[in-house]
Amino acid sequence: MPSYVALTYTRDVDWSAPEQAAEMAEYLEFGRNAAAVIRGGAALYPTPTATTVRVTGGKGGDVVIGDGPYAETKEALTGFYLLECDSLDEALRHAANLPAAWNGVVEVRPTIPSMT
Amino acid sequence: MTATDAGRRSPDDGDPRPASRLEPAPEPAPERARAPAPAPALDSAPAPEAEAEAEPELRPTPDPAETLAELLRGEGRRVLATVIRVTGDLALAEDAVQDAGISALETWRRLGVPPNPRAWLTLAAKRRVIDLLRREGARPVKEREAITLAVQQTPDDTPPGVVRDDQLRLIFTCCHPALAPETQVALSLRVLCGLSVGEVARALLVPEATMAKRLTRARRKIADAGIRYRIPDAEELPGRLGAVATTVFLLFTEGYASRSAGAPGAGAQVADAPFSAAPGAAAPSADPGFPGTPVAIPDAAPALVAQAAILDVAPAPAAPTAPFAAVEAIRLGRLLVELMPGEPVLEGLLATMLLQHSRLAARFDNAGDIVLLADQDRALWDRGLAAEGIELAASAIRGSSLRPERFAVTAAIAACHALATDAAATDWNAILAWYDVLLALDPSPVVGLNRAAALAERGEPAEALKAVDGLVGLDDYFWFHATRAELLRRLGRDREAGAAAAVAEDLTESAAQRRLLARRYPR
Repeated sequence: MPSYVALTYTRDVDWSAPEQAAEMAEYLEFGRNAAAVIRGGAALYPTPTATTVRVTGGKGGDVVIGDGPYAETKEALTGFYLLECDSLDEALRHAANLPAAWNGVVEVRPTIPSMT
Repeated sequence: MTATDAGRRSPDDGDPRPASRLEPAPEPAPERARAPAPAPALDSAPAPEAEAEAEPELRPTPDPAETLAELLRGEGRRVLATVIRVTGDLALAEDAVQDAGISALETWRRLGVPPNPRAWLTLAAKRRVIDLLRREGARPVKEREAITLAVQQTPDDTPPGVVRDDQLRLIFTCCHPALAPETQVALSLRVLCGLSVGEVARALLVPEATMAKRLTRARRKIADAGIRYRIPDAEELPGRLGAVATTVFLLFTEGYASRSAGAPGAGAQVADAPFSAAPGAAAPSADPGFPGTPVAIPDAAPALVAQAAILDVAPAPAAPTAPFAAVEAIRLGRLLVELMPGEPVLEGLLATMLLQHSRLAARFDNAGDIVLLADQDRALWDRGLAAEGIELAASAIRGSSLRPERFAVTAAIAACHALATDAAATDWNAILAWYDVLLALDPSPVVGLNRAAALAERGEPAEALKAVDGLVGLDDYFWFHATRAELLRRLGRDREAGAAAAVAEDLTESAAQRRLLARRYPR
């Protein structure tokens, strides 16, 4: 059975804050409704909490730690789901029920089978 | 785990197959040169057990070239749709069916045409699939076994209903919204119509290498993202129709406007495809009587020549027979109407195609020269097709009365012509009114061009020229310059008319279009 990630791009807010509770409840509802195909996923803390890691000079080189994100964008990656669906069409049907689909955009990508 | 599930590749196979075998650029000759001779079993009649009795019944082939052309046009693509459904692998199926076609050519030339060509071809393709799978090596064993099993369980003689559904599945796959519109069109022309990559590239005004890459990417996305070969569910079907209708209509116009004749603007503006992509598209009905308007050109020759090149057989005569892509498009249109009766988009699409097609026999004289609408012998029009088209047009308009579908409106315009007993009886007021509706739905310059042509036909050439000169983005469009030439001629500005005609001439490779210009604007 193929797997897909549904990446949610939305407002870059703190989803753990009480102000987001109403919208989070919608995500939880999605989680219950799509439980049969959800294999994992998480909401992410806002992008200012992101840290980048880069190794310069190729493998074994210096590890450079940086502060992400690179630029302020209107919509940021704020969460993801791993979905196991029979087809792209099925994955898209579920993705369309994510609040991010109307509050932002959802990107659905197939995963490479043996790497999941 | 089904064969379709198995269609997914593991990353460690290095994906050599799509990358190399799918690279369609030089197809198919180099592939043929590289490929070993077809499996021995295919070289004679296939399946001794299945066809043993058939062999004595083989009859001498009257014309192998004709048989082969017919095979590749019709059965070949039907078989392809079936094999794609069974294997779930577009590239594999394309290769197998192509090889089966080559085998058919070689064998049938020697032994004659078998009684059931499609079953022969299906069996040959199935064997070739298994053969190709064996050679591939890189594909995971489980997947190979699943496809092999699915292929073995598929009967050679596919029931008509299944053949129909296979074709529909393929239509909806090629027109899946997860593919970019320009990719949908290209893929449909390639897979549904059987054009070569080069022909698709020319039809859409894209460099061949770019088109080859685009098609390869499309096949990979279908396989990797899990776009299934299926007819959409009832609730998603309506939303999928627009893209399908657009693609089928492009297919139709592809049949009329040869690659050389133009398909102008399609590459740039595929979203507007029905009305900006090709001459026939722009004005199914609006060839109101001078070369300035897009008259559909039944130019069957290029497709036939292309087939012949593949098969190394003599090209069929370029007589104004029905262009096969157009015939295929109508067939697909009928299938779609059958699948979704009463759907205005599809009724309008089919009506537009039928009405345009009904004038086929009158479009060329015996010398192969274009006969303009006003001069056409309307007794040659196919009244049966026209009547069917008018009825569908009316139904399409009724069915979308709140907001008319574009295809319903183009059908209405075409119906206005079909209803006129002679050119003088044409109701240009009605046609202009429909063009106003069309322009509101689709404010594209090509629609504007056709509206202007109708204006000229109503007796307002000066107004028409003003409108035409206000259009932008049509500099490379044959009919834009041809229309200007005609309007200028009508206004007595012969020198400018000649200059516009010269520009038009540079934009077409169609001999018929060039003769028309030469006749009309002697220099």
